[in-house]
Amino acid sequence: MITSLSWLKNHLSTKANIKQVAERLTEIGLEVESIKSPDSNLDNFVICKVIKSQKHPNADKLKICDVDIGKETLVKIVCGASNARDGLFTVYAPPGTIIPKTQMKLKVAKIRGIESFGMLCSGNELDQSSDKDGIIELSENEKSLGKKYFKSSLEEVLDIAITPNRPDCLGIRGIARDLAASGLGQLKKQPPIKINQKFKQPIKVSISKEKNQGCGIFGSVYIKNVENKESPNWLKNKIISLGLKPISAIVDITNYIMFDLNRPMHAYDADKINKEIIVRNSKKGESFEALDKKKYMLDANMCAITDKSGVLGLGGIIGGARSSTEFSTRNILLESAYFYPEEIRKTAKNLNIDTDAKYRFERGIDPDSIKIGLELAMCMVLDICGGEASKLSIVGKLKNKNKLINLNYEKFSNVIGFSITNSETKKILSSLGCDLKTGKKNIKVLPPTWRPDLKHDIDLIEELVRIKGYDKIPLINPKKENIKQTLNNRQKLFHFSQRSVASKGFTEAVTWSFTDSKIDNLFSELKDEIRLSNPISSDLNVLRSSLYSNLMIGAKKNIHRNFEDLMLFEIGPVFYGKEPEKQSTMIGAIKTGKYSRKNWIEKERIFDVFDIKNDALRTLSEIGIESSKISVSNKTKKWYHPGRSGLLSLGSTNGPELAYFGEIHPSIIKKLDLRVESVLGLEIFLDNIPDSRKKIHEKKSQFIVSDYQKVTRDFAFVIEEKFSSGEIISLVQNIDKELIKAVKIFDVYHGENIEKGKKSIAFNVTFEPKDKTLSEEDIEKISKKIIFTVQSTTGATLRS
Amino acid sequence: MENFNQVESDIISKIEKVTNRNSLDSIKTDIFGKKGIITELFKKISTLNQSQKKEYASKLNSLKIKVTNVLEKKIADFEQAEINKKLKNEKIDVTLPGRTHFSGKIHPVSQVIDEVTSIFSEIGFSVEEGPDIETEYFNFSALNTPENHPARDMHDTFYLDQSKDLLLRTHTSPVQIRTMLKDKPPFKIIAPGRTYRCDSDQTHSPMFHQLEGLHIDKNINMGHLKGCLYYFVKKFFEVEKVKMRFRPSHFPFTEPSAEVDIGYKIENGKIKVGEGDKWLEVLGCGMVHPNVLKNAKVNPKQYQGYAFGVGLDRLAMLKYGINDLRAFFESDIRWLEFYGFDPLDVPTNYRGLSR
Repeated sequence: MITSLSWLKNHLSTKANIKQVAERLTEIGLEVESIKSPDSNLDNFVICKVIKSQKHPNADKLKICDVDIGKETLVKIVCGASNARDGLFTVYAPPGTIIPKTQMKLKVAKIRGIESFGMLCSGNELDQSSDKDGIIELSENEKSLGKKYFKSSLEEVLDIAITPNRPDCLGIRGIARDLAASGLGQLKKQPPIKINQKFKQPIKVSISKEKNQGCGIFGSVYIKNVENKESPNWLKNKIISLGLKPISAIVDITNYIMFDLNRPMHAYDADKINKEIIVRNSKKGESFEALDKKKYMLDANMCAITDKSGVLGLGGIIGGARSSTEFSTRNILLESAYFYPEEIRKTAKNLNIDTDAKYRFERGIDPDSIKIGLELAMCMVLDICGGEASKLSIVGKLKNKNKLINLNYEKFSNVIGFSITNSETKKILSSLGCDLKTGKKNIKVLPPTWRPDLKHDIDLIEELVRIKGYDKIPLINPKKENIKQTLNNRQKLFHFSQRSVASKGFTEAVTWSFTDSKIDNLFSELKDEIRLSNPISSDLNVLRSSLYSNLMIGAKKNIHRNFEDLMLFEIGPVFYGKEPEKQSTMIGAIKTGKYSRKNWIEKERIFDVFDIKNDALRTLSEIGIESSKISVSNKTKKWYHPGRSGLLSLGSTNGPELAYFGEIHPSIIKKLDLRVESVLGLEIFLDNIPDSRKKIHEKKSQFIVSDYQKVTRDFAFVIEEKFSSGEIISLVQNIDKELIKAVKIFDVYHGENIEKGKKSIAFNVTFEPKDKTLSEEDIEKISKKIIFTVQSTTGATLRS
Repeated sequence: MENFNQVESDIISKIEKVTNRNSLDSIKTDIFGKKGIITELFKKISTLNQSQKKEYASKLNSLKIKVTNVLEKKIADFEQAEINKKLKNEKIDVTLPGRTHFSGKIHPVSQVIDEVTSIFSEIGFSVEEGPDIETEYFNFSALNTPENHPARDMHDTFYLDQSKDLLLRTHTSPVQIRTMLKDKPPFKIIAPGRTYRCDSDQTHSPMFHQLEGLHIDKNINMGHLKGCLYYFVKKFFEVEKVKMRFRPSHFPFTEPSAEVDIGYKIENGKIKVGEGDKWLEVLGCGMVHPNVLKNAKVNPKQYQGYAFGVGLDRLAMLKYGINDLRAFFESDIRWLEFYGFDPLDVPTNYRGLSR
């Protein structure tokens, strides 16, 4: 909502300056977003005189004008207007000026070989009228040459954010009323209007009785023999200051009243109305052309203003082209009505129309302003356009009215934390327009008709504290005591694993929950993608089912900037259904590029599967899963390299999935144009990580010191390829869980001297005795057992 | 009786003359070997009579000790010389870079969530969460924002179905309802999380982060709200005092509602929060509307309290001087490394919020 101080002062007597007004408005909840300086661009337009005009040598329709702009030298301008002639006073815009209509910035330009320094303006180009047929003709004299054309643009305006509960402040009078209630001046009385209205409004108006009738009251006045024209300058400038375009006196007057009193009006060319006005629900399939020049197809039950020929307009939303006023209009019908907010909103949403009137009606218009609106508009029309007005016609009545609210005096301090006196309560509420009936403990409040938002006692309490000032609310220091633990186990796991992954060298990315379905499908096993009905763009059209989709998109951008050694991760939700809670929390991490690149001390090598496996295992171990409980298998998903990926699961290989790890499928890397040899990735299913039931101090048994030496022995077998290292390790470990502390594979060999289909595998076993030092014999015994077990279970042979 | 002095000086002068470690070993054999000088002298003991035996043995022993000491010292000298020689050849350029190591970073939004959680933990709040996909009811209706309420226009909503019943939550406020329906009062919770609005330009991202706060108990009034937020803002920006302003506003789910501005100024091109004569809006809050309590099965005649909502990305931008919101979500490794935090920087009460 925009207003100037002078306009406010039409309704408020105050000595406050614009800054004080702005501060107070913000304090009472009408937030001033900015104080806008007058549009300095408009200052560029000056009054000038064409001294000499002659035909352009290279163009028939162009003229070269020498123009006096009040400076020592004349400027040369190429102009296409037919009315550019010697001695004409008009409006000049120098280079650098922005033309209001086109928003184009003027430059010095050569037009058909002749340089033109600026331009002479038409009313249309200045957004002042629709007159395109030539440049503006002014009746000025030599004295005003070089003076600013826009005189009233000098005033600053306040841009106020009005919250949706305050329709009354969408009119300048409402803002003035609030300021007065807060003590910043007095609200002026509306001057009484006395007009000689001799005849009855001749067009019959009826509101049909229907379910969901959107119109409550329809008021109108007929004015005959008007002369519609451009508005006088004061009105034009007011309309421009609101950011609107002056159209004609009649339209400008209705707009003026809408902003002045928050009273939307509509003007019909009365001669274009077929016999009578019937306000009724539309029928499905009815259509009409609106003032925005679009044709709207109506649904059933929209509030239509109609005549015998059909729809004239949509009540409270937009008028129709068929009955619109023009400069040639002679007789008009002014409408001032009440439409129900819900119906307005339904219709406007359905047809996707947004107008100033709709914005106001859907928030709730003062039903009692129908009469004053008609009177004021009528008055202004008679003033500017002449004519003769009928008596007012007002038909219909309201379904619901504001109800009495019972306010307990004590409730204020209970909710707000400080108290105000009963007399203050009464003073504030009545200054806002409430009718009061006071009792001892309670006060009965009837809110004014312009405040549809006041329904409960809490609404009144808000009014009281708002006007009293939020700075009066005391500051009560918070208590430092906890009823519950800050984080539950799941939340702790989230925070811990996040930092655990980062500590492995991965940088955390936070990406959008939506992504490109084409990419997400590569990493998804969902039958149906989770589409957004209204995505922001076609490449952000689904909720992600994998963290890989956005990580890959991010990686690609970095790689294409030559940041090819990359470790990124994200922790957050992925989605597997359209309903709430159909989401799970995952960690996704990727690494690509080289472990060490061009390094004097280390061999250069690319990241491989065992790097990412390590990252996964270490993270799982850090978040509390014992490594002995993790099973590794070669189960995998379609987005991984089938031979270079695996699954970490809990307990057995069929246990709950903890994490997948491996190389991303090479064809995906190719498809996404990642331009790297390989990308390694891991996915951790945080929702599958079990809560540890015991605290660490409950879990740990006593530490037993052993003085006995540990012993290690190496073994090497030739074994069939199908046996995985993991199987061999657990086979050996299970021989004597007490004694065998670790089994570590240090060599795997294929090729020369080894039969095809077999491999040589060498491992190192650590024995840690608890009760004695191992003798050679003991070691021999357990070694034999290891050899026997491996051979008999797998058919391996000991390698000499 | 032997001339032990002569023997001693002979042996010692021999040892002293040695120039390398190997010849020292052969001298050692000459002295202590099976037929060594001293070994031979010991053999003689048995041939002596009682009166001579004692003196001879004692002299021989002290000779042996003396020679052993000299010999050991000579060995030590040689070893030291060898080490010294080795050290001389073992000089490296320590300014060469070391082996590869990787250090990751925590995203500023995650860091700020942890900071904020730490602050509210101190004054008794616990953390709740809610789903990213919400129903129309939890996101709007239950929060006193019925269909056809103009306040809905302020939320450009992403929908998941044609009937507009399923949507991406536009704020974290539905967690208020979910929390209250799940438990019994009192409630003292915060809920950080992702929120969505289909709006995208320089200052709006279609996804952003909010923190919801809710405190419901008997006798909680707007003064408690003010105290809580003042405490929070002061702690978060790690300043002693904060200039703060509560301004009336409107949210359908709170009444009275307020927006909170904090004072700031620009100093040397950097924003300084907490003082100065400019105002910056940082959060919205208010007393929970009785209709919301009713919808969440809490009796508004017995219980009342406050709620607030903060934009976390914006807080991160303010505290850490980040200009562009959209860069948060672009995964540019240069940005992430520049603004990210070391994973060991866990915000805590006792160690401080930030380094």
